[in-house]
Amino acid sequence: MTSIEYIIDHSPALIIAIPLLGAFLTPLVSRLGSRIRNVFVIIVAMLTAFLVFLLASDVFSDGIRTYIFGSQDLTTPVVRILFEVDGISIFMAIISVLLSLLAAIYSWSFMKKYDGLDKYYTLLLLMTAGMLGMELTGDMFNFFVFLEITSISSCALIAFWTHKGEAVEAGFKYIVVSAVGALFVLFAVALLYGQYNALNIATLANTIQYSFLDKIAFVLLITALGMKAGLVPMHMWLPDSYSQAPSSVTLILVGATQASLYGVFRMCFTLYGGVFADGILSSMTVGWFIVVLALVTILIGVTMAIIQTDFKRLIAYAAVAELGYMFLGIGVGLTAMGTSYGKTALDGGVFHILNDALDVGLLFLVAGSIYYATKERDLDRMGGLARNMRYTSMFFIIGLLAVAGMPPMNGFASKLLIYESTYQLSPILSIIAILSSILLLAVFVKVFHSVFMGPELPRFRDVQEVPRSMLLAMGIIALIIIVIGLIPGIVVENIVQPAANSLVNHLDYISHVISIGGV
Amino acid sequence: MSEMSKIVRTIAAIVFPFIMIYGLYVIAHGHLTPGGGFQGGAIVASACALLLVAYGSMWTMRRIGEKRLSVFESIGAFFFIALALLGLFFGAVFFNNFLAGSSFLFGDIPMVGSNTGDMNTGGVLPLMNFAVGIKVVAGLFVIILVMAYASNHMEKKRGEKQG
Repeated sequence: MTSIEYIIDHSPALIIAIPLLGAFLTPLVSRLGSRIRNVFVIIVAMLTAFLVFLLASDVFSDGIRTYIFGSQDLTTPVVRILFEVDGISIFMAIISVLLSLLAAIYSWSFMKKYDGLDKYYTLLLLMTAGMLGMELTGDMFNFFVFLEITSISSCALIAFWTHKGEAVEAGFKYIVVSAVGALFVLFAVALLYGQYNALNIATLANTIQYSFLDKIAFVLLITALGMKAGLVPMHMWLPDSYSQAPSSVTLILVGATQASLYGVFRMCFTLYGGVFADGILSSMTVGWFIVVLALVTILIGVTMAIIQTDFKRLIAYAAVAELGYMFLGIGVGLTAMGTSYGKTALDGGVFHILNDALDVGLLFLVAGSIYYATKERDLDRMGGLARNMRYTSMFFIIGLLAVAGMPPMNGFASKLLIYESTYQLSPILSIIAILSSILLLAVFVKVFHSVFMGPELPRFRDVQEVPRSMLLAMGIIALIIIVIGLIPGIVVENIVQPAANSLVNHLDYISHVISIGGV
Repeated sequence: MSEMSKIVRTIAAIVFPFIMIYGLYVIAHGHLTPGGGFQGGAIVASACALLLVAYGSMWTMRRIGEKRLSVFESIGAFFFIALALLGLFFGAVFFNNFLAGSSFLFGDIPMVGSNTGDMNTGGVLPLMNFAVGIKVVAGLFVIILVMAYASNHMEKKRGEKQG
């Protein structure tokens, strides 16, 4: 066995272990100096990203990979912790690790003036480990543990600027929502464990009966994870925490929200995938329910975004609307399970996760740069910034076109897949989706005009372009957006479709664990 | 928090070693009896909290700075992950119990049937309990210490305002 195979073999464990190790070493390393600490954190993030990409290349070519903690082989009943990495897991892991690497780069200059940074970086790496754990694990209880790690560290990061009362309030709101959600998940896990004596997702999916208790567990899981993903009417925490957190944190928060969204995918398609077909709570009814909620999410997100005057809060509402598109993809995929357009919807939904992370993330970073340069968040008090901040305004144009789904950008590709498939389910759905997308464009054009255009304001005459590390982070995202926008076909074929296929073929997920003796 | 009366301080000083020993016992016997790193760590931290209440936060802060405690916290967590990684290098997988049955430290095979308990078993489990214990003691105590110190600070401010 060559060393590269050895690393790939152990990478599921190392992907969690390296950020954890880095997180606990950060307070010690920061005693050597702040520059060394920043370099250390970025190296840890890069190492994790490298391992994720290595594992991704393996999973996309050779299929599902499992990792058993603490032993060579499984024993029945499955009491060991099992990581199972399939297409959708590694797809989500790529997004998370990319976002946290960029956040670490962006933080270098953005957070420079604040103290308590060794804690900041520790929490940042812990959050990364938590997200990656949620996405790679094959065990229900483990999923709950990593969910808690992510929520607690992100709560502390949201309230990082404690001198502002609003940040503390947002952090409090977030921890209440997360604690309630986590209890729901724990209760659902207990219901499943009580009936089937197993915690492994594949083992559970193999034996699940869809009894009354299972239905309760399903509703609890979807509600809790939907709440953590910001589905309307449980979105009230999202605009607060997105807008009050430092921009670099908001970038990772987008990833954490999407890790919860991944939970919805996993529960709907893998855990309950085989038993969904009929009954009162069939895939049809659940699918329509999610479709309706998704449309409400899109509409509320867009209409609330129109009236905001706080820059980051406006983007946060736009992010709510974008989440609606992903839920629309899941909903249509469930409603039309087994048809070709159902699969297209699922492709679109999965592809949109990647695009949303990049687009909304870029906009948040731009808002953070504006705040860094002008100390201003109110749109009514800004203007004429394009004169002094040339690159930032360019990145904003790229981000706004991508979020609104304009043709040369990546947002267009995924939204088109969603429109196409929802049209086949019901034309009115896709009409609402398209109109909301146009409204989103209107919102951001307004923002662009009020922030970057107009006469030069005397207060902002001395405003400088932001430092290089922030430009680098934004530039990388903008580059990825343009590349995906130019070659969407290649991305869909090589990354998105394997991910969506792994959701549809839930039997592969189960049979892989059976083949190593886990059922 | 300010210092309490001499009676309280003396009693706290007498009780402190007993609570400490009990906490350390729970940590050390984590692999044999109920309890472990977290539970024992909480007991030890409560012994430290007793000192804090009796002797006041200024006195405690002068002896144990919160910086030193947070270093200990990192070291505890670091040991835990490092032991798991050693499993990867010596055994075959992450978290592998490479010391169990190795006739080295904690390497005995546990006896079957009722017995008085052999301390020298469990492989890496006792070591991981120690690591968790260090982390929990430092983590819990630093929280109590900082809160007590901050409340002390607030009290002083309020007193200055009134005076």
